[in-house]
This record gives sequence, C-alpha cells and structure tokens, in this order.
Amino acid sequence: MEKFTAFESWVAVLPVDNIDTDQIIPARFLKTVSKEGLGDQLFYDWRYDADGNPRPDFVLNRPPGNRAQVLLAGDNFGCGSSREHAPWALTQFGFRAVISTSFADIFKGNALKNALLPIVVPPEIHARLLKMLETDPLATVRVDLASQTLTLPDGTPVEFPVDSFAKTCLLEGIDELGFLLKHEAEIAAFEQTHPAPVDTLSVKFED
Amino acid sequence: MSQPRTIIQKLWDSHVVCQPPGAPALLYIDLHLVHEVTSPQAFDGLRRRGLKVRRPDRTFGTCDHSTPTTPRDLPIVDPVARAQVEQFEKNCREFGIPFFGFRSPRQGIVHVIGPEYGLTQPGMTIVCGDSHTATHGAFGALAFGIGTSQVEHVLATQCLLQSPSKSFNVRVDGHLRPGVTAKDIILALIAKIGVGGGTGCVFEYTGSAIRALSMEERMTVCNMSIEGGARAGLIAPDDTTFEFLHGRPFAPKGAAWDRAVAYWKTLPTDEGAVYDREVTLDASQLEPMITYGTNPGMGIPISAPVPDPGEAADPVERETRRKALAYMGLEPGKPLAGHPVDVVFIGSCTNSRMTDLRAAASVLKGRKVNPRVRVLVVPGSQQIKRQAEAEGLDRIFREAGAEWREAGCSMCIAMNGDQLAPGEYAVSTSNRNFEGRQGKGGRTFLASPLTAAASAVTGVVTDPRTLLG
Repeated sequence: MEKFTAFESWVAVLPVDNIDTDQIIPARFLKTVSKEGLGDQLFYDWRYDADGNPRPDFVLNRPPGNRAQVLLAGDNFGCGSSREHAPWALTQFGFRAVISTSFADIFKGNALKNALLPIVVPPEIHARLLKMLETDPLATVRVDLASQTLTLPDGTPVEFPVDSFAKTCLLEGIDELGFLLKHEAEIAAFEQTHPAPVDTLSVKFED
Repeated sequence: MSQPRTIIQKLWDSHVVCQPPGAPALLYIDLHLVHEVTSPQAFDGLRRRGLKVRRPDRTFGTCDHSTPTTPRDLPIVDPVARAQVEQFEKNCREFGIPFFGFRSPRQGIVHVIGPEYGLTQPGMTIVCGDSHTATHGAFGALAFGIGTSQVEHVLATQCLLQSPSKSFNVRVDGHLRPGVTAKDIILALIAKIGVGGGTGCVFEYTGSAIRALSMEERMTVCNMSIEGGARAGLIAPDDTTFEFLHGRPFAPKGAAWDRAVAYWKTLPTDEGAVYDREVTLDASQLEPMITYGTNPGMGIPISAPVPDPGEAADPVERETRRKALAYMGLEPGKPLAGHPVDVVFIGSCTNSRMTDLRAAASVLKGRKVNPRVRVLVVPGSQQIKRQAEAEGLDRIFREAGAEWREAGCSMCIAMNGDQLAPGEYAVSTSNRNFEGRQGKGGRTFLASPLTAAASAVTGVVTDPRTLLG
C-alpha cells in the first residue's frame, strides 16, 4: 500500500445527512468481479440524468468538485450496506479524505483500508467550513495525517481523531493482512484450545 | 467473584486470540459466510499472494444477491450476473469451500440458510461480507458485516483486527397487540434512535417482549440492527433458541448437544452487568410502522401524519428531510394510509421465513390482489419454498394473484432483474428504503408482511388491522 502523505485540496461539498453506500455506488454496479472501473459510477444516480448525461448542477460534475480530493458531507456518512465498492469508487474518482460529523462503522473501517481518510469534526467546525466554502467555493483545506490536523481555509488548525493503528498503517503503507499473517503461531495455538463449534465440511448433501 | 459481564463482553473475551501492542485485538471468527457479490475480489487477493483459505471447514457459501428468482432451469440472462455467480462457484470449488450453488435445491439468502441448517449457533463469532449479518445475533452470536478486505483477511487467517464495541441495551417490555409484529418493533426502535443512533455499539435486545418472540421474529429484529447504526445486535439464547436448533443438520448431536446447551446457558448477561447505553420501548404501545422517507429512521405509526421537515432544528437535517420528501413525492401533514401502491414485495433476509409467509398468506387467503398492484413473494430459501408449498401457501399467493418465485435477495437490492420502475411506489418487507435501492427512481415504504399483504389487497397503503378477522 502507498504511504499516505499530507496534501492541500479543493473541497467538494455535499451537505446531506446519512448518505448511504447505495448512493455512493448503486447496487447494480456490484455485479463486477473486479475492484477497478468504479470511479465513473460514483454517486451515479445523483450525478447523471435518466439518459446517462452528467447533471451540470451536481457538485462532482463542475469545478472544483470534479477535481477535489476532499469531500465534505453531512452526518453519518456511509451508512447502510457494507460494500467496499463505496471507498473503491471514492478513491478511484480521486478522493483521499471525507469530512463529516460522524461515519458509519463499517464504512469507516473499509475507508481506512483503502487510503481514504474519514475525518470527524465537531458540528460547529463542520458548519464553519460549510459557510467558508459557500463564500469561497475555491477555498482549500490541508490534510495532515501525521499531526492529525485539518487546516481550514482561514488557517485554523483542527485536530481530528484517528485510530492509532490505522494511522500507522496509512503513514507507513503497512498492509493489515500482512500484519495478521505474522500471528500464525498465536492463531494456531488458539485453535488448539478452542475446538470448532461447527465443521462446515462435516455434512455432505446428496445434491 | 469476577466482574459481571454482558453477553457481548463474554463473546468478545472468548474469541480474542491475542492483543498485539499498539494494534487492535485479533478476534477469532468461528463461521465465515460467503456470497457472490462481496467475495470475488477477496479470492483474487488470495491468488495474488499465493494464499489458501485457512479454514474451509469454518466457511460456507451460497449465492443470493445477483441470483435470479425466475425458474432455475432457465439460464441467468444478465451476462454480468451470470459471470459473477459462475465465478463464485468456481472460487468455492478451487478453495475447497462447501457451498449451495445457483441450482442447489438448498440455495437461499445467506442469512436464512445459516440458521436453517444449524450453522448459526449461540456463542459463535460470525461474519459475512454483508451488513445484515447481524441477523445471526438472534441466536446469541456476535455476528457482523465486513468489507471485502476483511473477507480476504478471514479467508486467509480466520481472524480480524478488531476493537471492542460499546454495549447498548435495547429493552422491549409489554405485549404486542394484534396486527403488530417484530418488524414494527425494529422500525419503531430505528425511528426513535435514528439511523446513526447505534454507531459504535452492539445492541443486546432484552425484555419480555423480546423473550416472547419466536426465533424467526428475533431474526427480523436483529437483522435491522445495522439500520440503527449498530454493526451487530443480539439476543441471549434460551429454550426457544435450543428448540429451534435441535436436530438441524449442523447442530451438535447426542452428548455433544448436551455439552453445547450447558455452555450456551452460561452466555446470557450476568446480573448486575453494566451497559454503556440503554433505551426502552413499550411493545404494548406500538402500532404497525411504516417508513415515509429515504432512510429506515424515517418511520411513523401507520396512522400518524408524515412529519414536516421544517420541524428539524439543524439546517442540514432540514434539507436532508426536504430532499427525502421530494424524492418520495409526499406532502407533510398527511398520513400514508390510502396512498396508492404499484408493487408489493414480500421477501428479503428481514422477512422471508415461514412465519412471514404464513402471516402474508393469512391476509391474502380468499382475497384477491388489487389488479393495479404487482405482488412478488420471494421465499428466503429453496427449503422454505418447499415447506410453504407443502403447506399450500403457494396456492394462496397464486390464487390471490401474486407471483411465487425462487429464493434470493430479489427486490430488496434489485441486482437480479427484480426491480421497481422509476417513480413506482412499493410497500416492501425488506430493510432499506434508500433512494433507488429497489430500482432506480423507485420509492419504498418499509413495513411488516401483514401491512404489505393488506396493501396488496387494497392497492393503497393499508393498516393490516382493518383486514384482520
């Protein structure tokens, strides 16, 4: 995994609460067996009209939203389905961080595994940033994971929380599966003392 | 005497493999359920690294999401869906994972077949790349949905890196009145706490109204925990649980059964254990519930008016609720009862089991579906389909004018060809009313099987109590 570095970016503003993963990527695009090619399907039903043409008023179809690396969304972002296609689509579009007042649990975990940083800010900071971007849509924010700082367009630094292990993984490009595989001895020892409650191979169905 | 613990704490404690410094715990997973939509990229990941599935004997697969519900002797028409189902079966064979394939007479929705075959048992940790995995919590298991990266982690190591959640006691006392069901309990809870109300938590459903529910009803409640923001929701096992499991194909037999039950009886929350959060509901005050908006928290008693978005104090919330009503084409201040309906969907991992089908049939028996309404009845598994046919429920549905289909997720997620047309209204027994969830531009009212069946008969949103004998 690539290391997560600090960056400055425009912000795409989507001030809607409870944006669910069905909006981020509709289920009909989940029939793929690949991780690739999902960026064009991001927010598909909000982004395109019935004929598949981009809606000019949608934030991702016009500057600076079409080139932003940061998405500012409403509360409880990423609720609903566990589909990891949601962070895949967001990162393939070009996003590296989402700012909200809270994130759904499964989405947050999926995002962190795909170098997409969920940044939680207090409601008053969220409202302030929203106002600044209304006044100046081309204003930029700076995201620095190492110091856990979001710098607002007026220079105000806002510290955000992040799980310390996820932070280390992102900054150093550590892959979680590689980390897990190093604990083979502990896993094998656990299995010795914890017999399987169910053996899924124990029943053979005759059909 | 050790500190009293909740069942949530006990399940966590008994599955921690180790606690590496500076990292989350390694949590051991007893059962990993796999389906066609969220697993292909994980199997690819294993191939790229040259890894095997560590414990195929703790893994089980079925196809359900993109699986058509048309007769099984027909091919899968959509080439993309067909390729996905074929890839799933190929992956299971290659990695030695037992599975029910597309044409298996045992195929079904992953959260239906786990309990049906006794794979799901109390005391287990269970994961699946699907947010409705909490369904299995009805048995007193810690069961939660995971993303595809974590599917790969579990396939490779049978473990997840995980931090403990907070415990949230959802206490439901009192008796449900006639016409009010388990679905109405969970919709009422989500309306009360909101779709983010349980974020960071595991629900334990407690109280006399929960104890009185059958296993199928308990699954309906636990199923929608994620709609309240909680990744998992569970109910302590009791005699109802043990009776349901006894004799199922994967349930322990003989002396092993007795040992298992003795262990399962140690799982319920200890007297005096403390939860991080609590909420209470009075079941006897509940009415049939229905959603009016575009998330499951936008629910109301069926006789109540649609709330005015202007009542929300927060501007973003106000705008969110306005947007929802605009999408739904509804005006605030009016009840939903009487609103025309185009489609009724009875199915999904929330409400596709025998008791759900019997409830719907009790309303439809001797009645006709309104000719304006398309009604799909989709059993949760092929086994349920056979049982329903043995009881004659299929005849009741067909004679009423409903479609009786093969098992799958169907119109809950609209990936398999079963979907709403733009602008259509559905009363649906599924779990999500998100924009476009049941088909692009489709509009969903979530409700119980009784309310869905009653609305099928009248052609408008209907309080089922007006049709109950």
